[in-house]
Amino acid sequence: MTLAVRESAPATSRRIARKVLGHDAGAYLFLAPWLIGIFVLTVGPALGSLYLSFTRFDLITEPRFVGLANYTRIFTNDAKFLAAMKVTFTYVLLAVPLKLIFALSVAIVLNKGLRGLTVYRALFYLPSLLGGSVAIAVLWRKIFAKDGLFNDVLSTFGIDGVSWIGDPDYALYTLVVLSIWQFGSPMIIFLAGLRQIPQDLYEAASLDGASKRRQFWKITLPLLTPIIFFNAIIQTIEAFKAFTPAFIISEGTGGPVNSTLFYTLYLFQEAFSYFRMGYASALAWILLVIIACFTAVSFISARYWVHYEE
Amino acid sequence: MASVELRNIKKRFGDVEIIHNLDLRVEPGEFTVFVGPSGCGKSTLLRMIAGLEEITAGDMKIDGQLMNDVAAASRGIAMVFQSYALYPHMNVFKNMAFALETARFPKAEIEQRVRRAAQILQIEHLLQRKPKQLSGGQRQRVAIGRAIVRNPRIFLFDEPLSNLDAELRVQMRVEIAKLHRDLGTTMIYVTHDQVEAMTMADKIVVLRAGRIEQVGTPLALYNEPANQFVAGFIGNPKMNLLKAELADAGPGRALVNVAGKPIDVPRQLVEQHRGAVTFGIRPEHMELGGAGLTLGPARVQVVEQLGGETLIYAELADGQPLTLQMQGQKRVLPGETVEASFDPAQCHLFLPEGRSLC
Repeated sequence: MTLAVRESAPATSRRIARKVLGHDAGAYLFLAPWLIGIFVLTVGPALGSLYLSFTRFDLITEPRFVGLANYTRIFTNDAKFLAAMKVTFTYVLLAVPLKLIFALSVAIVLNKGLRGLTVYRALFYLPSLLGGSVAIAVLWRKIFAKDGLFNDVLSTFGIDGVSWIGDPDYALYTLVVLSIWQFGSPMIIFLAGLRQIPQDLYEAASLDGASKRRQFWKITLPLLTPIIFFNAIIQTIEAFKAFTPAFIISEGTGGPVNSTLFYTLYLFQEAFSYFRMGYASALAWILLVIIACFTAVSFISARYWVHYEE
Repeated sequence: MASVELRNIKKRFGDVEIIHNLDLRVEPGEFTVFVGPSGCGKSTLLRMIAGLEEITAGDMKIDGQLMNDVAAASRGIAMVFQSYALYPHMNVFKNMAFALETARFPKAEIEQRVRRAAQILQIEHLLQRKPKQLSGGQRQRVAIGRAIVRNPRIFLFDEPLSNLDAELRVQMRVEIAKLHRDLGTTMIYVTHDQVEAMTMADKIVVLRAGRIEQVGTPLALYNEPANQFVAGFIGNPKMNLLKAELADAGPGRALVNVAGKPIDVPRQLVEQHRGAVTFGIRPEHMELGGAGLTLGPARVQVVEQLGGETLIYAELADGQPLTLQMQGQKRVLPGETVEASFDPAQCHLFLPEGRSLC
């Protein structure tokens, strides 16, 4: 009798759960953490920001619906938006290919079966872990300042260096170099991809008379295209979203002369310096559309240059 | 057509010696098969000939010319790999044309050579396909085609049929043999399958642990194995190898005790010996009852009816296993006792260390 009473409680709750969720109640239970995460922390705020992008909102007063006014202003009357776009696209178009070429080059060297490979791999990966951090950005500001370590090294060769982060002609490129320095993550993925290319293809090619250079262009590179594609997409999205280095190095201004005004930095200024949340939301949605378009175009183009084996 | 000569060839990986002082000559136009169990060094030897592995010591000559330090591509060799090693991102035409494009052949000649090879291998309709769109047999043909277009002096095959199913293996075996007949090029073929070796080779090289056990024509190896290893390796089903005692021997005869039964073997021994030996007789040289000598009663364990032949797995009085291969369909049941007799002219005797005694 006692046993029957003890068993009846979970049985009842199971029945209720089934009534509400159907027979898949168990599955939903296990999915709950992810479902809550995506809806409460991602989809919800994203839709909220979409609404806010059609309003004027300063965090204090209630949001006021303004229709497409924010978007109209962005596209017709916002010089800073254009400056931010120019800086961001320059950064993406320079940093991504250079970083990928550098990562691939290091991966090829490491793939030659060096002794102590695991140590090199860890050392080269380290900047990727640290690169996005505030501490490293602060360190770079010190290194590349007019009186920084980099210029000290240059002066030993008799070269009088400029202020690499204070000169609008160089500041962005210093950030590009900082980005390339974080090549570890794509390098590890390239290394895994290189390992997957069967050795006998190279043997067949060497019997076919192909030099190492020809083997690289005709075998390695085409067979790595799925990895190159993956790395390019991930790195491009990351580059569009780059924020911390520019924020720290320019101390949040995007200077000198807007030369490091990354899109996300401009968005941040609008939102948290001028409290124009509606306008910032519109900027965020435009960035989302740009990244989505870029990704879509990449996927379409992939049909013509990415070789999938199976 | 080219000859290949290996003299005192050694291969060492670190401290481990894989090939020990090996000597071999492959005649121009010959189809030579390296056969042996896994790890015997046959693929390593092939790769040394190809130039994909360095030769630690010794000389490797092609047509009398020392090749040790000549690059793989300059040896005039084409190789078909076990995995086919087709370039997955290129279509069949490009795969076959790769070597010619690398050597900057004129376009028209590339086209003509590829089409000609495709015609020989009947893969003309596949030229625009990628390797992933081909079956195993078609991929194998493309791999061979890639070798043909280069007009090599020597073809090397590294277990090319081991990824194919049984039926296709037989078909490709015939095609490769035919190709050899048509092209007349020197071919060296590596396999662990003695049936492939027997059916295709002009000359078989049996290898074990980096040493040559015997070199000869397929039938020479079958009829006169130099040692117990070759006797056991060549022939399917395997030769019966039974523990025996050599009691006495005279001119043209030997008296052997097998399973406690004295047997008078009409063979001339090549050296004097008394005591433990191994008595070898092939399953196909056994009979049920019959007119030959008998090994005594054997208890049948398993019977395999293959239609055209019957395989009987039995046990002699002293528990030693014995296989009999009978032509046609024999009505024998497991558990029965049969009289196992054999053709005395076909039996072999081996010394305890494996060398053939007759």
